[in-house]
Amino acid sequence: MYKHTVGSRTYSFQSLKELLAKATPLRSGDQLAGLAAESYEERVVAQMKLAELPLKTFLEDHLIPYEKDEVTRLIVDNHDAKNFQYISHFTVGDFRNWLLSEEADSTLLSKIKFSITPEMAAAVSKIMSLQDLILVASKCKVITSFRTTIGLPGRFSTRLQPNHPTDDLKGIAASLLDGLMYGSGDAVIGVNPATDNVHATIKIVELIDSVRQKYSIPIQSCVLSHISTTIESIKLGAPVDLVFQSIGGSEALNKSFGINLSLLKEGHQAALQLNRGTTGKNLMYFETGQGSGLSANAHHGIDQQTLETRAYAVARVFDPLLVNTVVGFIGPEYLYNGKQIIRAGLEDHFCGKLLGLPMGCDVCYTNHAEADQDDMDNLLTLLAAAGCNFIMGVPGADDIMLNYQSTSFHDALYVRKLFGLKPAPEFEEWLLKIGIVDANMNLLGKTEGAQKLLNYVKKA
Amino acid sequence: MLKKHNSIEPDSWEFLRKHTAARIALGHAGVSLPTKELLAFRLAHAQARDAVYSELNKEKISTELSEIGFDYLFVKSSSVSRDEYLKNPNSGKKLDQEFLQKLKQFPSSYDLCFIIGDGLSAVAVNEHSVAVINLLSLKLKKQNWSIAPIIVSEQTRVALTDEIGNLLNANIVVMLIGERPGLSSPDSMGAYITYHPKPGLTDERRNCVSNIRPDGLSYSFAAEKLFYLLTEMNAKKISGVQLKDRQEGLFLG
Repeated sequence: MYKHTVGSRTYSFQSLKELLAKATPLRSGDQLAGLAAESYEERVVAQMKLAELPLKTFLEDHLIPYEKDEVTRLIVDNHDAKNFQYISHFTVGDFRNWLLSEEADSTLLSKIKFSITPEMAAAVSKIMSLQDLILVASKCKVITSFRTTIGLPGRFSTRLQPNHPTDDLKGIAASLLDGLMYGSGDAVIGVNPATDNVHATIKIVELIDSVRQKYSIPIQSCVLSHISTTIESIKLGAPVDLVFQSIGGSEALNKSFGINLSLLKEGHQAALQLNRGTTGKNLMYFETGQGSGLSANAHHGIDQQTLETRAYAVARVFDPLLVNTVVGFIGPEYLYNGKQIIRAGLEDHFCGKLLGLPMGCDVCYTNHAEADQDDMDNLLTLLAAAGCNFIMGVPGADDIMLNYQSTSFHDALYVRKLFGLKPAPEFEEWLLKIGIVDANMNLLGKTEGAQKLLNYVKKA
Repeated sequence: MLKKHNSIEPDSWEFLRKHTAARIALGHAGVSLPTKELLAFRLAHAQARDAVYSELNKEKISTELSEIGFDYLFVKSSSVSRDEYLKNPNSGKKLDQEFLQKLKQFPSSYDLCFIIGDGLSAVAVNEHSVAVINLLSLKLKKQNWSIAPIIVSEQTRVALTDEIGNLLNANIVVMLIGERPGLSSPDSMGAYITYHPKPGLTDERRNCVSNIRPDGLSYSFAAEKLFYLLTEMNAKKISGVQLKDRQEGLFLG
């Protein structure tokens, strides 16, 4: 039981998870779950109480019991007690102050990442302002590599997402080429298949791999099928680069995705054995998003943002190349409007980075959310300021298969131009060589090398 | 003075557009979208937003239903507003008390009940629902199916099927409902079919025919597909994932 008094009124919070939920900035998903604070005052009071809480509390009070949940066991068993000495004396409020201080530099933040549990990250994020989330995240450097190196200072990458409603290979190739010509795809060429089956998965993986080899493009490919489909594809000899899976922050939620830790391990090992990476061995691609727990009825009374950070504990034991929070995809019953989507995107990016993950964000919304392109411009620009590793690149920001709006190739170029950022170095070199861009990242598009790429598609 | 009047750089791969409806080869002004493309996108989004907040055209639907010889009844879910409907999907899954009582008094026991629901795009059902009911009911009547008066429902989610179907004691319910509008398809209608609907069913117990609209799945294909599914369902007494769609080639025509 946690109590806090303001004026003549005393608020009480029955449990740690209730305190965390009530301290969470307003979002529709927590209201839908009946977990949100009942007044503006109660929310801030909960934040004040949370700020007084010692970080050590989170090591003792588990939101889902250790015996009942393999994600809790993962969090507890992987806790770095040695480096916890740097922060063990802090309350959540002290922790915020320290994160903002000069002492907490990139090196130290990276060193202590496994001494921070997801719940500690979630707690501190709840009392932080947007500028705090941006400033501290920008100090967290997470660099990963497969055939390109992602997350280096001064770089900003994109996942090229050439989806097609019927997995038509020519349709996918057309969007793929459009993206390459706009300098997109250095994080991954990642296709969401319309149908999750082995046959379709292999066909798409082979298409991307043939383009990669023919034009010596330093890229990695991924078909975002269920991990069991990808494992099956590997067994059948498909040229699989990255292994994808959606993950969540509780064992029950992962079960609803048809996975557990042991299946993730199996997929990870299967792809490692193919030994296809050239510049590095990070090959897992995870997607997450606030609200999936409630949606699957697997949230255990935990607020959606805290549950989201627990998914990062799952992700980080597999040294992923990319972790993508698909922030606005889930719909207005979880994140109602632009304001809620923007805050959630920055929270996810911050918490993921603090926990040591190569965070990217699908800056997106659906047509029944109270949001538009202006909100996406806001989130995109703020994430770039925060040092986000990658965003999506969708032709014209309109995904015609998943029916939602994300970021376009043009959006990525805007960010690169505004902040003076470049793509991953290996990919940049290729873009310059083939003549798609000049040294200042201006689009050329009509040079001989680029025409060769076009001619290939004309013939195919 | 600037020499160029047109600052747009077009893309030389516009020929690829024939392979996909994706927004490719848009060209660029600097690195940004040309004005024409920026506004085209904004218009598509505006149409989708309008669709979400559109309302059932009761006059149009009732006139058209009368013309094809159907009685009808207007009902509402427990959602009091579009805002509540969007924030709390469960409110759209049960009937408002007044209409619950009304339906309890209603004559019951039918082979089939059609529900027209606004869903996330009332314009979709305003435009397409009666046409599909007409084509499909002509086929069904030849097989002597008894069809309930058409229920037309506001602030509706798919699961409202279960309460209505149960109250009317309908063997099968077909709900025609506005789908979440896509950027280029603000008027897309879905048809959800449920065998022996009763409260508490989950979505894997339903079959769905999606993207019904003139630029997507045509009325006649939709009616044919639904007729096939209804016949199968009636014979096998199941619906949902257990009912495999073995009808080949229909969509290829």
